[in-house]
Amino acid sequence: MNAVEVRGLHVRYERVEALQGVDFDVPRGTALGIVGPNGSGKSTLLKAVAGLLRPSAGSVRVQGRPPRELPPGTIGYVPQIEDVDWQFPVSVRDVIAMGRYPRLGPFRPFSAHDRRAISRAIEALDLGALADRHISALSGGQQQRTFVARAIAQEPLLLLLDEPTTGVDAATEDSLLQLVRGLVADGLPVLMTTHDLDRADEWFDRLIVVDRKILADGTPDAVLESGAYAGIREHTHTHGHRR
Amino acid sequence: MFDALAPFQYDFMQRAFVAALVVGVLCSALGTYVVLRKLSFIGDGLAHASFAGIVIAYLRGANFYGGAAVATIVTALAIGFVNRRGRVSLDTAIGVLFTAAFALGIFLMSRSTRATVDLQNYLFGNILGVSSSDVAVVVGVGLAIAVVVGALWRPLLYTSFDPVVAQAAGIRAWFIDYALLVILALTIIVSVQLVGIVLVAALLVTPAAAAAQLTQRFIPMMALSCTFGIISALGGLYASYELHASSGATIVLLATLIFFAALTVNAVRRPRRVL
Repeated sequence: MNAVEVRGLHVRYERVEALQGVDFDVPRGTALGIVGPNGSGKSTLLKAVAGLLRPSAGSVRVQGRPPRELPPGTIGYVPQIEDVDWQFPVSVRDVIAMGRYPRLGPFRPFSAHDRRAISRAIEALDLGALADRHISALSGGQQQRTFVARAIAQEPLLLLLDEPTTGVDAATEDSLLQLVRGLVADGLPVLMTTHDLDRADEWFDRLIVVDRKILADGTPDAVLESGAYAGIREHTHTHGHRR
Repeated sequence: MFDALAPFQYDFMQRAFVAALVVGVLCSALGTYVVLRKLSFIGDGLAHASFAGIVIAYLRGANFYGGAAVATIVTALAIGFVNRRGRVSLDTAIGVLFTAAFALGIFLMSRSTRATVDLQNYLFGNILGVSSSDVAVVVGVGLAIAVVVGALWRPLLYTSFDPVVAQAAGIRAWFIDYALLVILALTIIVSVQLVGIVLVAALLVTPAAAAAQLTQRFIPMMALSCTFGIISALGGLYASYELHASSGATIVLLATLIFFAALTVNAVRRPRRVL
């Protein structure tokens, strides 16, 4: 069974059809890169896989089930822009601990396993020195690492990352790359959108080019050589804004 | 001669103090979520909406709590629905619906010859009206809400902070949202007799807002908010007796005093942070 199966997926906002028939599978232990121009439906695709948007047609299956019917804690999602209240009274460690909440029953305190998962996530993202800081006292890259750490602490069976490398420094990008490759080596399926094609072959086992439909699907080298992505960029450039 | 214990020799004052303690804790604990989710307008609106139910229940000789509960919970669920599905913005929907329910209550009250004085007690609060069965209801509802919040405080916190990611992770955000609205409705209903419809929203917001000035962590914020809520409710009730003043108004004024004290402390400690 594939970890993710997407069949004939259409997603419609009010008047715009953001995805028009998308098909792909992701097996366990695969990092799938999703590229495409702005407004191409990349983020929409991740939200549909996360169960945050209902398909207007077609289906999404994660572990063989619709995303909304999965056991709590299955999907770890890191959105592109965290639209949170930065004055909210939580520390870095509090935010990361939230990753354990979905799996925790009412009245249950954290188990030893929960605590281990939290401290491992803090370590993996190198946040030890910042763990007791309030979230308003973080830089952009540190905020991003905190939200990735929360998703890792969740111990998800599927990880969805929406442009995690946008706006972070090179060192953070390197450590994110190491982390993702390590998780993938352990069998986790990862779906990640990105703008950065230079290191696509390091990040991903497979790359899809999306512009409402899938325009190319294959190894990063094969997709980039096919020119499918360059073609879209040209197209976008000559025809202006696409939404 | 001044007798500090004088208020406690009356049964009605003893009952009022028990009710004030429960209401003070309930409002200020839930107030933490109200402030963090920026729901203070909803709290005020729900309180006003309860008035229609109270007036109808009164005129038909029905139970006060039944009428208020139906009106307030239905309105709370309607608000939740509009918030999730509606095409009207939330503050517009609240402004229209809640004011309409309040107006309906006033309309019905003004047409009745016998109702006015009794019903005004609900608008401004009246400790003399707290009977032993009221105390039982307040304590019972208080315990029930404590159990529910004890069970849901983590998903409540997660969905308050980051509802989208919480939902992706499998937390049923819609259920948590509706549960909070129903709990808020019940809290408001049991608080109305003590502080009154017009003032109950202040007890939901002010202690938590004061606590937010003094801490940047959630659990300490809730603990501080409860402390301020208890001080305001008990202290305000006591002062209202000594000063021959309205209990609801005195409680709210004391809470406001605490808020400005917290604001001052925060301004001295952290000169740059505003609210």
